[in-house]
Amino acid sequence: MNFVQNFPFFSIILSMFSGIVSSVLPARAAKWLNTILISVVGAMSAVLLVYLMGTGESYVYWMGHFPAPWGNEIRAGVLEAGMALFFCVIMLLSMTGGRKKLLGEVEYSKHNLYYILVNLLLSSLLALVYTNDLFTAYVFVEINTISACGLIMIRQNGRTIEAAVRYMIMSLLGSGLFLISLCMLYDLTGHLLMSNIKESVAVLVSHHQYSVPLMTTIGLMCAGLAIKSALFPFHSWLPDAYGYSTVSSAAMLSSLVSKGYIFLLIKIFYRVIGFEIIAESKVINVLFVFGLLGMIFGSLSAIRENDIRRMISFSSVAQIGYIYMGFGLGTESGMTASIFHILSHAATKSLLFIAAIGLTDVSKGSRQIVDLTGAGYRNKIAGFAFTVGSLSMVGVPMFSGFVSKLLFAEASIGHTYKMLPAVIVLAISTILNAIYFMKTVIRIYVPERRKDCEVITIKNEKEYAVTLVCFIVLNVMLGMLSQPIVQWIHTGLSMFG
Amino acid sequence: MVGPNLFINYGEAVAVILFGIGFSNLLLQKNLIKKIIGLNIMDTAIYLFLAEKGYIAGRVAPIVVDGVQEVEAYINPVPSGLVLTGIVVSVSVTAIMLSLTIRLYRRYHTLDLDEISMRLKKEGL
Amino acid sequence: MKEKKNNAFTRWFYGEEDTLLDKVEMKPQKEYAPREGEIRELMKEREMLREQIYDVEDNHKLRLFHKMYQIAAVIFCLTLISIMLVTVSWLPPNGDPDNPVNNEVSARYIESGLQETGAVNIVTGMILDYRAFDTFGESNVLFIATVTVLILLRLDKEKKALAKPGVPVYQKPVDELTIAKAQADDRVYEPKNDVILQKVAGFLVPIIIIFGIYVILNGHLSPGGGFSGGAIIGAGLILYLNAFGFEKTERFFTEKTYKWTCFFALTFYCLAKSYSFFTGANHLESGIPLGTPGAILSSGLILPLNICVGLVVACTMYAFYVLFRKGGF
Repeated sequence: MNFVQNFPFFSIILSMFSGIVSSVLPARAAKWLNTILISVVGAMSAVLLVYLMGTGESYVYWMGHFPAPWGNEIRAGVLEAGMALFFCVIMLLSMTGGRKKLLGEVEYSKHNLYYILVNLLLSSLLALVYTNDLFTAYVFVEINTISACGLIMIRQNGRTIEAAVRYMIMSLLGSGLFLISLCMLYDLTGHLLMSNIKESVAVLVSHHQYSVPLMTTIGLMCAGLAIKSALFPFHSWLPDAYGYSTVSSAAMLSSLVSKGYIFLLIKIFYRVIGFEIIAESKVINVLFVFGLLGMIFGSLSAIRENDIRRMISFSSVAQIGYIYMGFGLGTESGMTASIFHILSHAATKSLLFIAAIGLTDVSKGSRQIVDLTGAGYRNKIAGFAFTVGSLSMVGVPMFSGFVSKLLFAEASIGHTYKMLPAVIVLAISTILNAIYFMKTVIRIYVPERRKDCEVITIKNEKEYAVTLVCFIVLNVMLGMLSQPIVQWIHTGLSMFG
Repeated sequence: MVGPNLFINYGEAVAVILFGIGFSNLLLQKNLIKKIIGLNIMDTAIYLFLAEKGYIAGRVAPIVVDGVQEVEAYINPVPSGLVLTGIVVSVSVTAIMLSLTIRLYRRYHTLDLDEISMRLKKEGL
Repeated sequence: MKEKKNNAFTRWFYGEEDTLLDKVEMKPQKEYAPREGEIRELMKEREMLREQIYDVEDNHKLRLFHKMYQIAAVIFCLTLISIMLVTVSWLPPNGDPDNPVNNEVSARYIESGLQETGAVNIVTGMILDYRAFDTFGESNVLFIATVTVLILLRLDKEKKALAKPGVPVYQKPVDELTIAKAQADDRVYEPKNDVILQKVAGFLVPIIIIFGIYVILNGHLSPGGGFSGGAIIGAGLILYLNAFGFEKTERFFTEKTYKWTCFFALTFYCLAKSYSFFTGANHLESGIPLGTPGAILSSGLILPLNICVGLVVACTMYAFYVLFRKGGF
């Protein structure tokens, strides 16, 4: 067995171990440990990705001395290694972009606790990406939930604590549904390992045994995960949580936390139930309808907002609707479009949050859009980054948002009855996105001389400027070099099942 | 529509009804402490469901006694392990929810979540 | 120094003033002037609107919305319960040995569990050896929950601000609880030196702690294990604290004890389990002896892991109690 094949296990254990060690370190050492950990895990994932592209097949790694189904195992393929690398890159950039605000918003004696939460969030994301066992996935979903709650309320003013309570209530409802459907699925098939469950389900479906409980169990599992990732009617906690927490938390929450649950849902579709069975069932249609509703209502709520960070949060609701619409199409190209949109949304949304904080800093800390007039001239790099992010969200060619919209449209063409609603809602939501994003971009570039606001130049804030430039480069790369990335997704999905 | 095993599976049926009661408490109650109690009822119902799953009529708990290692002598050990993990998770999230409640109460002197949101909107934070 | 090229782009980029200003007849450029009077009017109007909208008692629309929300939510929950009852009615019958659940997975655990793990209690062997990754994840759930409760409830001493230029400093809100006030509250509201409590605790606490240690050490031989034993020891510590007060407890259990106990226990757990996973996945022999089944010192790594888990759980239970009561050790 090649040494490179140990890397998924090393990544998970190193992240958990740094979390444990950070509990006794002072704040500066914890910060350096966090940065080094994310870089090392990213490098290991890159090496693993190159190795797996070379061998061309996924492999199974025993966690212990016993093979599955008696012991745990994790499975690594091309798609998983690439997603792990991407998550590490986004997390590193979000942490560096928000570091200065962290000093001003969180008590210094609690900084090392914040870094523990970030390390354990990374470990739970990696475990959700690599796991091959359903109960392990549940345990790490709980770690993900608790660390996300900690990230929201690290700032400790009234708004964030209330947002954390609402988030925990919704999330625990979703966890309860997921756990009871897991128990029922175990009862019907007798296995907890994903590949074995898939074989049993195929046997049950072909013999038409237990058809009613199987369908309701699958429906409850999808409902539980959809509640946790803030699909349309269950998004009430999202604007408060993303809008009022500290910047690096908001960037990480919007791009990484919900995407972990969505990746687990993709895994369940491919590896637990089987893609053909899901594509024929009614669950897909329900996800499709809620995805369409989320796209419209998210954008409509964003138009009415006056606070820039809440506006960006409502835009997140709409983007998650896009991803569920891609699932609802029920074809391989729909899944590819959804996975590409996961990458594109993560890269763009973090960029928008970090740029928005730069804009509010030069307007005396006010978050109302009316007060941001002319902010693009006072903080040039933040204004430019916000423009790039908005153009990508709207779907202008050369940026990543355009490619994902194109993939969605291509995936829906040819479908018998889902094509028309999908294409119409895609067009309407593009127009709505343009309304509120372009309004803000125009406002920040209206020349207005204000003598009472400070001006931030690139020389003062080197770390911040470098982070924004890296995000812009990532976005443009996803937009222009989309062909290899789509090819990678296809290869990954073919060895995923 | 209703299948054949509803009364044989009476343990699971009770567990599912308790789950529904806990779920609706978590969703609908205004008082935060009652929501947390609903959360606990929901989790405990899932453990009851799992414990029922492991039971086989006429067999004993899976601790090897007198060297007997036949499959016909013991119940299924897997659901018990799952329940152990679940109990620890339930205790952890209850502790977090309770400490969030303590912080909110210290600041706003009320346990009603809607009233707290109303007050935050009025403050216009 | 290179001369800056003077074209429209560089002028826009460097934000220079318009060179035609005051020379050509153009629309007058407005200076930003805060409009005090207008703003006050707007705020007053906004206040009045807010009062009207959020006035819960008289607002009919809000009350109607609340009622509809409650009716819809009750219908949703009843639907959920009936769907799940229908599902339960179609599940395999309870207690039947031919269920899909009783397959080769549980058969191997029962038949070869004692030989492969060395534990007489099959369930302990399963969670700490076969499916050890799940238990490791669960210990981390407990750890991260403790971290979150520490963030929310721990009261820290004020640190001198490191005043570097350009580095923002955190300003604590004025009305938050301080350590002195929390201690004063605690002295007023908690029972002090109650005679009955002290006599009974003096008798019971050693018995409870010994029983907890017995449950932990016998986790692989009889029902028990790290989690239950740790909870028992935690309960004993809480009883001691309640009877005898903070000064006596601080003689042997301070914040440092808590921090370092948890750190060493979790580190040992992590390293031991990584060794086990690494040797297992690479098909190497793990050199840990299994001992004779039925003895206390047997079953490989299970006994040390149970002790670590027990320590962590006991410290965590005690820490939760102390943080809820006083905000610190």
